[in-house]
Amino acid sequence: MWNTVFPYVLSGISVGGQYALIAIGYTMVYGILRLINFAHGDVFMVAGIVMVYMAASGMPLWLCIPLVLVATALVGFIIERVAYKPLRSAPRMSAMISAIGVSYTLQNLVLYITGGLNQLYPTIPWISDSVTIFGATTKMVTIVTPVLTVILVVALVMLINHTKIGMAMRAVSRDFETSQLMGIKINSVISATFVIGTFLAGVASLLYFTNYTTVIQTSGAMPGLKAFVAAVFGGIGSIPGAVVGAFIIGIAENIIKGLDIILFKAGIISGPMGLATFSDAFTFALLIVILAVKPTGLFGEKTTDKV
Amino acid sequence: MNNQLTKKKIDSATILSAVIVVCLYVAVFIAEQLIAPTSMLFTVLKKGATYALVAVSMNLCNGFTGIFSLGQAGFMLLGAYTYGILTLPVAERVNVYQYYGGGLVQFTLPWFVAMLLGGLVAALFAFLIGLPVLRLKSDYLAIATLGFAEIIRAIFQWDKLGPITNGSNMLRLFPNFNDFNIRGADGQVTVYLSTLVPLLIAGACIGIIVMLINSTFGRALKAIRDDEIAAEAMGIRLASHKRLAFCISSFFAGIGGAMLAMYQSTVQAKGFTTAMTYEILLIVVIGGIGSVTGSCISSFLFVAASEWWLRFLDQKQMIGGFEVPLLRNGFRLVVFSIIIMIVVLFFRQGIMGTRELPDLFRGRRKAKGGAKS
Repeated sequence: MWNTVFPYVLSGISVGGQYALIAIGYTMVYGILRLINFAHGDVFMVAGIVMVYMAASGMPLWLCIPLVLVATALVGFIIERVAYKPLRSAPRMSAMISAIGVSYTLQNLVLYITGGLNQLYPTIPWISDSVTIFGATTKMVTIVTPVLTVILVVALVMLINHTKIGMAMRAVSRDFETSQLMGIKINSVISATFVIGTFLAGVASLLYFTNYTTVIQTSGAMPGLKAFVAAVFGGIGSIPGAVVGAFIIGIAENIIKGLDIILFKAGIISGPMGLATFSDAFTFALLIVILAVKPTGLFGEKTTDKV
Repeated sequence: MNNQLTKKKIDSATILSAVIVVCLYVAVFIAEQLIAPTSMLFTVLKKGATYALVAVSMNLCNGFTGIFSLGQAGFMLLGAYTYGILTLPVAERVNVYQYYGGGLVQFTLPWFVAMLLGGLVAALFAFLIGLPVLRLKSDYLAIATLGFAEIIRAIFQWDKLGPITNGSNMLRLFPNFNDFNIRGADGQVTVYLSTLVPLLIAGACIGIIVMLINSTFGRALKAIRDDEIAAEAMGIRLASHKRLAFCISSFFAGIGGAMLAMYQSTVQAKGFTTAMTYEILLIVVIGGIGSVTGSCISSFLFVAASEWWLRFLDQKQMIGGFEVPLLRNGFRLVVFSIIIMIVVLFFRQGIMGTRELPDLFRGRRKAKGGAKS
């Protein structure tokens, strides 16, 4: 029984770590701007495409990886400056529509550049190697991801709790206007948030596409949405919440992918049920349930509406 | 708003607008008899009519009630599948449901009944999903409805439901827009109606939505959009109004979905993605959130630009022996997205803002009067 379930749990933990890195970008931006950055998943995809093109240009991989991360952070910075900054005083719906517009634009831009074909992701040595743990064969990236995720999250939490920019971020997310009055440069804080968020999405793309090996213009949409669900599930605005939520969703999703086989081996069902179709749907069902039961998520702060 | 409180009378601006709409319909009818039916014009009009209806239904929710729903693709899928499943001729079922032994449903309904049922199924699901979801606030609601659309898409692709939905395979061979053409005894088309009828269906539905918006109920919705708490204090029941608006919007999205099925003459769950909802939302935004006329105009513009006018951007063009750079497959969409971003960022009112067609004439007359005095 355990031998059947374990590989799915393992890949669930791996995917969960990747979702966590994306989810942090969502949750930080939401915490500060109260904006669902629908384009975040597409930034993640763009990071993958940039990597494909950089590796194809013959650049050595050890140079590609940092450059991809920098380029991704730059994309995030530019998007914020061009598409969200002009709408800072506009109704929240406008900013969200702008985010959808950015997502549409990025997808079409990549469609134009790649011609809409699947791009083969370059093989990064070491993390693409096969390993066997507890009888399950998998790629090295499966083990690297959760470790790297935890390291990055701890670093991020330290940054937020113990540095000046982190304090500024906390202040801005608590009260936008007052922190501005206190002399915090809102725009640079917001830019820093976007840079950190997209940088982590870039790391996630390195890990994720090493696993899935191809990139296409739509491959950012689903991971993006799921990461967002993870952020909501954990309580939006809370970084540990996003990480926990992402791991839960990653594991649940992968177990459902293998549910047919697991149930079959356990003797509960006698034939294939095609339950794997629901691996994506389950995430959203979870979202609707958590929103109906506890809208603030697992670790979310309670908010009160002021009239 | 004052003149709405006094006794309603039809002013000349409304009559003028109605005349324009009727003239457009007559023009389409005449054009259809004269121009070859393969012309791009008719493709644009058919798809435009479908998108106009869906965009207006989305506008009813997002623009007039302030419920930021992103579930449109899901409701369209429900409408399209209901229509496709129920109108498929019994004789063809064996071919279409080839992996599921002809399917479970073994009867055929007339197209308008199936279309209405499509709307009703969408409305029913809207009611069910509305129970938990409508209590949420703006962006949570958006993401929850979006998730709902994804769930629906997964359920319709489930292999176990294959006898009804044909699994992830395509539904086809059901009546489409071309079946509206009246044929003579020899099978030759005598009167072309394949563009006019979809326009009439969309027009009728949009007409109902407009009447709804101008009723007491519609004004209550606008009050909810402008300030929920104030509206509640004025005695408007938030929950029931929102639920009803959501259901009505989904009903028409379902009918729009059925029309889309007729336009495409095939249905497949995989096509009803979030990208489709985004596209419709962008149409609403370009037209002006809170304007029915704007949604209609921008639907036709959007479809015409993407299917017809900007097509040349996808092919290599030569101007006097010089090859224009950048033009290749996909460039159209890039230009398109940039236009959309410009509208979203700098012309947030869209084409019409919150004005309607009659307002245009009223505005002009008022401006004239102002100049005189």
